[in-house]
Amino acid sequence: MRQNGLAIQNKFCFNKKLERINLELPPLAIETLQVNITLKCNQACLHCHVDSSPIRTEQMSKETIDKCLEILSDNPQIKNLDLTGGAPELNPHFDYIVIEAKKLLKHVMVRHNLTVTIDGDPTTNESKKYLPQFYADNSVEVISSLPYYQEYFTDKQRGKGVFVKSVESLKLLNHAGYGIDNTGLTLNLVYNPVGAYLPAAQESLEMDFKKELFEKFDIRFNNLYTITNMPIHRFKNQLERLGAYEEYMEKLVNAFNPSAAKGVMCRSLLSVSYDGKIYDCDFNQMLGLQVLNGKPMTVFNFDYQKLAGRQIIFDSHCFGCTAGSGSSCGGAISE
Amino acid sequence: MNYYESKDLGRFAEVGKFKPELMEKFFSYYNDATGTDGALSKREKALIALAISHFKQCPYCIDAYTTASLEAGSNPDQMTEAIHVAAAMAAGMNLVHGVQMLNILEKSGA
Repeated sequence: MRQNGLAIQNKFCFNKKLERINLELPPLAIETLQVNITLKCNQACLHCHVDSSPIRTEQMSKETIDKCLEILSDNPQIKNLDLTGGAPELNPHFDYIVIEAKKLLKHVMVRHNLTVTIDGDPTTNESKKYLPQFYADNSVEVISSLPYYQEYFTDKQRGKGVFVKSVESLKLLNHAGYGIDNTGLTLNLVYNPVGAYLPAAQESLEMDFKKELFEKFDIRFNNLYTITNMPIHRFKNQLERLGAYEEYMEKLVNAFNPSAAKGVMCRSLLSVSYDGKIYDCDFNQMLGLQVLNGKPMTVFNFDYQKLAGRQIIFDSHCFGCTAGSGSSCGGAISE
Repeated sequence: MNYYESKDLGRFAEVGKFKPELMEKFFSYYNDATGTDGALSKREKALIALAISHFKQCPYCIDAYTTASLEAGSNPDQMTEAIHVAAAMAAGMNLVHGVQMLNILEKSGA
C-alpha cells in the first residue's frame, strides 16, 4: 500500500518532470499582487479550491490591507492588484482598498462572482447593488466566473439559481458600461469544466459564449478565460469520492505542455492570504505552502529582492496549470 | 475477469504488440481523421464519433468520446442530440427494410 502511494507520488511529482525535461522556472519580475481578502462567500461551489462559503469568517484586517497598499506604493514595478476571495466584496474594507489602489495608479482587477450583487452579504444582509457602478467609477477590471452559457452546467457547479442571478448581474454590468465598446470598462468571464476533464480551446469557447449570451440574453463581455480545475481541496474531494483522482492526475500529467509551463502565473505574481502571508500562487496559499526565504515571508517583512530571488514551490497540483493550453488567472497560456 | 474493463481503454496501443507496423498505420490514420481541425472541427468530429460509438455500442468509445466532446466544448444537449441522430438512423435502417417486407407481401399476394 505504502509502495503504491510512493509510486503515485513519483508519477505526479512536478519537480521530477521539470528535471527530466531540463526546464527551470525561476521567478520573473513581480507584476501582480493577488490578495485574498476574505474566505467568506455567498456561494459554496463544488469545485472551489478555497473552500469558501457563507460560514467562513476569515477577513483581511485594515492593518494588513494598509500594508499591502504600502507595498504597492513602494514597488512601482508591481502594476496590478488582483483582489480575490471568497467574494472579495464581503470584506468590510473592500471599497477602501480599491479606491486607495486606484489613487496609486494601479490596475485593479476583482474576481467578482456576479451573484454577490444580487444576494448581498449572506450574514449581514447588506445590499451590494452598488457594485456595478462602483466598479465603473473606479475603472476596475471585472473578472467573473460563469462555468457555462447554459443553466445546467452553471447551476450544477455553483448551486441552484446561480445562472439566473449571474445573467441578471451581467446585465447590470453591461448597463454600467462593462463589455461595451469604447467605454474602456473590461468584463472578462471565466470558464472552468464542471467535471474531471480539461477545458475546451479558449478561442472557440469564447465564440460560443459570445453568441449564446448575446442571442439569448443580450449580454456582452470582452474575453473568456478557460481555467483548469485544480485537484486540491473541494474538487480533489469530489474526484476521490468519484474514484477519479488518479485518472484526472494522469490526464493532467499526460497533457503537460512545456510552453504552458514557461508561462505559469507564479513566475510573475505573488499571492497574499487574508492574514498577510505570502505564497507563490492562490493554490499554494490554500495548501499552506508559504514562501520561505530563510524565514516565512509575509507582507510585514516584504522584501522585493529576496522574493524575486525565491525558489518557487512546485507540487503535483502544478500539473493543473501546465496541462494542454495551460491555465492561469488570465486563462489559457499557450495555443 | 470481465470482458469490458474501463482501464483496458488505456491499453489500446498494446494491440500493436504483434505486427506493430499495422497498428502504427492505424493510429496515424485514426489521429489524422479524428484528432485534428480540418474542414470539420474537432468538436464536430467528436460528436460524430460519439454518435457512432452509440450506434456500434462500444463502451470504450462512449467513454472516450463523451470526454472528448466535453473537452472540445460540447454540452450535454448537443451530445444527446448527436446520439439521437444515431438512434434515429438505426431505427430508420430497421424500418426501411419494411419495404422489403411489403415487396414479399405483394409478391405472395397478401
